Amino acid sequence: MRKHVLLVEDEANIIEALRFILQRDGWHVSSHSDGATAVDVMSSEPPDVLILDAMLPNRSGFDILRELRDTDATRELPVLMLTAKGQTKDRELAEQYGASAFMTKPFANAEILETVRALAG
Amino acid sequence: MLNPNHTGSRVRQRRTALGRKQADLARAIGISASYLNLIEHNRRGIGGGLLNAIARELQVEPGELVDGVSADLARELRNAADGHAEAMLEIDRLEEFVGQFPGWSALLAQMNQREKGLEHTIETLSDRLTHDPFLSASLHDVLSTVTAIRSTASILAETPDLNQDWLSRFHRNLNDDGERLARGAEALVRYLDEGGEARKTTGATPADEFDAFLKANQFHFAVLEDSDDVAEILQAAPDLVTSAGHSLAETYLQRYVQDRSMLPLDAFAQAARTEALDPAKLALQFGVDLLTVFRRLATIPKERLGFDVGLVLCDGSGTLTYRKSLTGFSLPRFGAACPLWPLYQALARPGTALHQVVEIAERTPQRFITYAACQTSLPAGFSGPEVRSTAMMFFPVEALPSGYPMPGGQIALAGPSCRICPRVGCVARREPSVLNDAF
Repeated sequence: MRKHVLLVEDEANIIEALRFILQRDGWHVSSHSDGATAVDVMSSEPPDVLILDAMLPNRSGFDILRELRDTDATRELPVLMLTAKGQTKDRELAEQYGASAFMTKPFANAEILETVRALAG
Repeated sequence: MLNPNHTGSRVRQRRTALGRKQADLARAIGISASYLNLIEHNRRGIGGGLLNAIARELQVEPGELVDGVSADLARELRNAADGHAEAMLEIDRLEEFVGQFPGWSALLAQMNQREKGLEHTIETLSDRLTHDPFLSASLHDVLSTVTAIRSTASILAETPDLNQDWLSRFHRNLNDDGERLARGAEALVRYLDEGGEARKTTGATPADEFDAFLKANQFHFAVLEDSDDVAEILQAAPDLVTSAGHSLAETYLQRYVQDRSMLPLDAFAQAARTEALDPAKLALQFGVDLLTVFRRLATIPKERLGFDVGLVLCDGSGTLTYRKSLTGFSLPRFGAACPLWPLYQALARPGTALHQVVEIAERTPQRFITYAACQTSLPAGFSGPEVRSTAMMFFPVEALPSGYPMPGGQIALAGPSCRICPRVGCVARREPSVLNDAF
């Protein structure tokens, strides 16, 4: 059975590009773009790896990450956090809230593939 | 009996600091030298007329002799000493220091205040760069678009066997993202150039505060149309934080009142409509100069004229001192505006009135009717320097009713400022445009 990556990202064209490269690599990919309901989506279909954008409509990625780390079912979920380049404070927050990996935009496709593979074990 | 407040000690410190002899001071205030000596050694209390006389002779407030150093000065000096170990060791000699060196004390306190003010400015500017919500959102948007472009372009370059459906989708996405990136970058540059929503940047500079204050009031002050109460408006202005910002606004409002007294709203707005905003006719009708008409037209609410009137003023150096921009005609925050504006032609030719249609090169070029004039004055007298004040008012051609009188001559081509002007091949360009060169 293919492993599942959930993309929580509001940029449609990033979703489309990542969906393409991840599917080609053998992953089952789903996506969600609203921060407010992202946690609900995860509880109905838990992913093997979560790619989470820091800046989302209605609720920040950091806030979502904090809730995931406070919840038993998702405490250990591998989370790759995406933020904008140069935002030092974002990196600190990602580490503080327990992101498994951290990547700044713009990133290379190969980088993201390697990181997702590593997180899935 | 000893005077526990050490008023006498302060009298002595102040007297010696001024280099006056005890006998001389005693004579001046009408007491014996031996009695003054008792006072100075805190063996006699003083108050009332005698205290006032001594204070007057020693050129200090009576309260400073009784209470010591003024509370504000003492607080400021303690604040200055805080963190300096050597100064803190001598903190109990603060009154003695102030008594002996009042001028140096005041200077030290003033410099400490100034240092705090500068630190605050640096913090504000730094905070603005790192936490400004518009900048943060815009940068995130630009970087997200760049990410999408980079990922998509990599797929196209690295996947030779891509099927037609994906190929079409990725080409369309690239095109959309390229367009979006150009828009985002342009908005970002324009924001930085104009100072953005100045309201959000309160505290950055006095000029920002002044801009925010004008924008918040839409350049019109209804209260001042039938009152002179400038203070009421200033007190209720949250954007005016610094005294310099306050001062800029106060000067502006006082001139607003003067202009309004010469050009009452109802009569002037009616005449402006009748004369199709011709500033020369309005100046003649109301017996005022052209610049007064320009300034007043820019304060008339849009609904009275049917459209908004923009205005920009500059001094003899070309520095913009007042900016009311309109959609399609951005006015840069600093002085680096387009050299082809009629404003600068008028500045070079005082006494000449210019009337032109100008096309401003922005993403969608727009045409504006402009009026520009430069007046000179000799505020320091006939032998003093000549001071030039130049103004350009403008309004969009597309907002005008049909049949509106248009100026003759060629349409002048100009832009906002070189840095954000997309016009290609401009002979007056002073620096490359980030819009053309980057995108």
